[in-house]
Amino acid sequence: MSEVKKIATRASYGNALVELGKKHDNLVVLDADLAAATQTGVFKKEFPERHIDCGIAECNMMGIAAGIATTGKVPFVSSFAMFAAGRAFEQVRNSVGYPHLNVKIGATHAGISVGEDGATHQCNEDIALMRTIPGMTIINPSDDVEAKAAVEAAYEMEGPVYLRFGRLAVPVINDKPDYKFEIGKGVLLKEGTDVTIVATGLCVGGALEAAEKLAADGINAEVINIHTIKPLDEDIILNSAKKTGKVVVAEEHSIIGGLGSAVCDCLSAKLPTPVCKIGVNDVFGESGPAVKLLEKYGLDAQGIYEKVKGFAGK
Amino acid sequence: MENLELQKTANEIRKGIVTAVHAAKAGHPGGSLSAADVYTYLYFEEMNIDPKDPKKADRDRFVLSKGHTAPGLYSTLANRGYFPVEDLKTLRQIGSHLQGHPCLQHTPGIDMSSGSLGQGISTAVGMAMSAKLSNDSYRVYTLLGDGEIQEGQVWEAAMFAGHRKLDNLVVIVDNNGLQIDGRIEDVCSPYPIDKKFEAFNFHVINVADGNDFDQLRAAFKEAKETKGMPTAIVMKTVKGKGVSYMENQAGWHGKAPNDDEYAQAMEELEKAGEALCQK
Repeated sequence: MSEVKKIATRASYGNALVELGKKHDNLVVLDADLAAATQTGVFKKEFPERHIDCGIAECNMMGIAAGIATTGKVPFVSSFAMFAAGRAFEQVRNSVGYPHLNVKIGATHAGISVGEDGATHQCNEDIALMRTIPGMTIINPSDDVEAKAAVEAAYEMEGPVYLRFGRLAVPVINDKPDYKFEIGKGVLLKEGTDVTIVATGLCVGGALEAAEKLAADGINAEVINIHTIKPLDEDIILNSAKKTGKVVVAEEHSIIGGLGSAVCDCLSAKLPTPVCKIGVNDVFGESGPAVKLLEKYGLDAQGIYEKVKGFAGK
Repeated sequence: MENLELQKTANEIRKGIVTAVHAAKAGHPGGSLSAADVYTYLYFEEMNIDPKDPKKADRDRFVLSKGHTAPGLYSTLANRGYFPVEDLKTLRQIGSHLQGHPCLQHTPGIDMSSGSLGQGISTAVGMAMSAKLSNDSYRVYTLLGDGEIQEGQVWEAAMFAGHRKLDNLVVIVDNNGLQIDGRIEDVCSPYPIDKKFEAFNFHVINVADGNDFDQLRAAFKEAKETKGMPTAIVMKTVKGKGVSYMENQAGWHGKAPNDDEYAQAMEELEKAGEALCQK
């Protein structure tokens, strides 16, 4: 069996910016001394005059992006999720969200798969924070193909967008020729009848693998990829829940406030359904190799498989 | 515009401030009144703007970083013709376009939402940076409170502006000396303000009386002539300027006058206006 192609979505982000930058003169990229890590360095190399290094000052960087956006340019602000959504939260809320400015936030190094840097840099709270800002679009792509499509779609739409990327190389799963990306539209990846697995970001690949294992145990799982967490594609979730009667949500994020909470908000109001949340269980992460951490915290294919089996097993 | 006309205009703007805050029964008169003259100078003399085309692409921009003194900006915009002066009485009311702090989407003439202290200057720096990127000629002005510069973000923004040599940016500090909890040097002194901006590679202009149009005129002329670095104008002002019982009183930072106080303030401003007409 040939090796599966793996790319970190942060790399996809940098590459997509270069392609978009060639087409659009009004695209500018901001960074806070992390261009090498957020992978916007490739953009800086290609368009040095449109790459603005703000130094280690994320709050100011967010404000600068807001000011630039008022003049008609489209800024992509890059930093780690911890600093973009965490440190600069109030700047995102008041300088970007409240005036509904056309700022795109490229947040890399999300979740515990940051790995060795440990808990201070592993942001498991960003989706929760961003969801509370009215008018904010939140996209958490699952692989290279989806990440590039998301960056382009974010540019094309008017209004603030939070794009969530990872540090860890993940398998390319959206390489079918008919793959189509649309903001706010979930993707049905595998049909099933016994349980619905709603996954986002890095957990989508794991959910697909888990579904195969579950099939061997006689559990027919449906798998839905939710790349856009806000606005949420409620129809695809409601239709699936109606069919299976059981929903599992898998995300590399705190179980508080993330996609799991968004799905519960939707189902509790419109179709009360038992839900099992898979995520980081209200604890801080720790240092370690990313793959080992995902295993320890139950966010890899095996972890998802075991949790779904316990929840939906007949 | 002649100084006398500017003085008359500033006096009208002060009436609008007091009227708006009285009608709202809330708001920030002290810092609005201390800055009434600089607002007047910017919108009636300095800036390239058009009230009939508030979004024109080449306009100069203004960001009120000390957003709580919105009544001063609103009264200036109204007197400049962006919207009816009558609207001032709707300040802070449900459904009004005049929010407690400036809102980009609601009010004609507002270039940026602001009010969370320290954030406005960053957005002004972003506008100035954007002009440099595309060789646009517009200038960007931002007004900060002297208490506001206790916010760390102000200095992040100053470091960036100095580093990028944004000579199309003018940072104005309204040094009225008072913040909510008292005198700025007692709360957490930001002095020396001029030396701080100098250290961040700004050209600094100290204005001894920021309520004097000759001095403001000289400062903004010097700012415009300054190349290769941003300018900071640090202007001494009187908080509550123009209403006797509000002058130099921290208590009038964020309080509305009652009906009697309002009548007295308006009487004083009427008299001041009449005196100007005698000149």
